[in-house]
Amino acid sequence: MAKLTFKTDKCKGCGLCVDVCPKKVLTLAADKINAKGHHPVEAVNMDDCIACAFCATMCPDCIITVER
Amino acid sequence: MVVFEKPHALADVPLHYCPGCTHGIVHRLVAEVIDELGIEGKTIGIAPVGCSVMAYNYFNCDMIEAAHGRAPAVATGVKRANPENIVFTYQGDGDLASIGMAETVHSAARNENITIIFINNAIYGMTGGQMAPTSLPGQITQTSPYGRDTDHCGFPIKVCEMLSQVDGAQYLERVAVNNVKNVKNAKKAIKKAFQNQVEGKGFSLIEVISTCPTNWGLTPKKALEWVDEKMIPYYPLGVYKDNTAKKEAE
Repeated sequence: MAKLTFKTDKCKGCGLCVDVCPKKVLTLAADKINAKGHHPVEAVNMDDCIACAFCATMCPDCIITVER
Repeated sequence: MVVFEKPHALADVPLHYCPGCTHGIVHRLVAEVIDELGIEGKTIGIAPVGCSVMAYNYFNCDMIEAAHGRAPAVATGVKRANPENIVFTYQGDGDLASIGMAETVHSAARNENITIIFINNAIYGMTGGQMAPTSLPGQITQTSPYGRDTDHCGFPIKVCEMLSQVDGAQYLERVAVNNVKNVKNAKKAIKKAFQNQVEGKGFSLIEVISTCPTNWGLTPKKALEWVDEKMIPYYPLGVYKDNTAKKEAE
């Protein structure tokens, strides 16, 4: 079972992780705003996550931890 | 089982870079390599002037802030005084290819045993998007609003190609970080550059094609595509010089 942990307050909402995810697990939360004023990333269908860590590889701010 | 987590050598602080700027990816790759080689305690990094001026806050190893463009000169001093330390510089294109060109070329010519990470994003990021020595022909910037005119402003400098003609340079490679495959290749290149220094093989420079979504006027996603469409055709990726295998044979 894959598990993603986000340091949401450091997210800048650039969306690179959303674009690179092959399973479309991630999205930018339109209804949330973090301390920096960005819409942070969130996982919407974790069941599809294959823990490939592409999101974490492309995240410029290193906010994603991937576990399996 | 942890598949991916923040490397220890990268400080746990928010980076000041714009959203989608690939500086953060390169910082992480350098930190991962420092972790993997187990050299955090003896590594000294030299920060430049430019967007990455505050790189000294982002690595857990010792850092020195150099005057604009002079990072290779400072690295030379540190490495010669403390040869057992691992010394790397982290420089942008305005720092390395413009004001610091002399220091870059001469440190390569002297074959200093240092590692240089060179971020090429074809623009001056920190000062607001002016034309850099690496800006592409026709590229629109603050100081070239009608596109870079090569009759008037000359041509971009290809650092890896230029330094490959310098006898002292030992390892030169150009990589990009615009997709997962390129990021993995970039890490391999950065690791080799650090490994070269550990083994005393001499001057290594890795040029990383990076993005500047803010000053290019593109979204982070479009900026990554722009690297593929415009930057890589002008700055082809690959190894430009590798004397390290030859040194092993000797």
